[in-house]
Amino acid sequence: MARVIVDVMLKAEILDPQGRAVQGALGRLGLSGVTDVRQGKQFIIELEGDLDDARRATLEELAGELLSNPVIENYTMTVVVDDEAGA
Amino acid sequence: MSARIGVVTFPGSLDEADAARAVTIAGGEAVSLWHGDDDVKNVDAVLLPGGFSYGDYLRCGAIARFAPVMDTIIDAAHRGMPVFGICNGFQILCETHLLPGALTRNDHLHFVCRDQKLRIENTASAWTRDFTPGQEIVIPLKNGEGGYVADEDTLDRLEGDGRVIARYLDVNPNGSRRDIAGITNERGNVVGLMPHPEHAVESLTGPSTDGLIFFASALSSLMAGAGQ
Repeated sequence: MARVIVDVMLKAEILDPQGRAVQGALGRLGLSGVTDVRQGKQFIIELEGDLDDARRATLEELAGELLSNPVIENYTMTVVVDDEAGA
Repeated sequence: MSARIGVVTFPGSLDEADAARAVTIAGGEAVSLWHGDDDVKNVDAVLLPGGFSYGDYLRCGAIARFAPVMDTIIDAAHRGMPVFGICNGFQILCETHLLPGALTRNDHLHFVCRDQKLRIENTASAWTRDFTPGQEIVIPLKNGEGGYVADEDTLDRLEGDGRVIARYLDVNPNGSRRDIAGITNERGNVVGLMPHPEHAVESLTGPSTDGLIFFASALSSLMAGAGQ
């Protein structure tokens, strides 16, 4: 099996009003010195079988096409478990 | 024979009945289309209505963009068929990349619902040709994620090419860059608009009947196309 994590964040130049609201709340609740908060999304994808090159390429494509919108977002993809060797 | 304008229903669409009604009042024949069906029933134009397709999950319009009906509509749009996305429909058109940019959470985070004044700035598109240049109209606006964003180069290009079809007047209700309420593609057949012209086609229920002009424009551009 394999577990892949895709993190999606708004690009730096895109205003993040949710992050800004959270920033305000952190300050109100007693955390001083918060200079910025950005809110993103995380997808944890569990796959059966090993993560071969073809599936990895498909995942990369879908991370950029479905899971994120390249107009406003960036993504990073991390393979956290890949038990190809059958641990 | 009146032009056939398809109105797509996605799971979570809300405004397809009003959109179909607007088409009928303008003098067209409204044809219901289903998201899961790749057949668009030989329509002459397509409307993507407002609502919350797929519950706005992932991003507004992100899942609707991959519905079977959209493959057919994207192909037809590339061939020049008039396509009009209102609100969620505009979001879907941006997700398909038929239109540049994206729509993001309102900068003030609140859902907004108001009668909104707009200035029509492009009267060459398939959906705005019956307006007079600079015409000011009032139609309802209701959105939570209506902030239009694009990079500066794209915004400059849209303005330089006259592809901003409508701009917010008096109030920018959602933080849209450069007060942009609607845009068109290079060819002028695909138009996206955040406010709702389909709710302003009868004096009994709308703040005006200004919205009707969008639908009448499509019918006259189809007529002009058929006459060529």
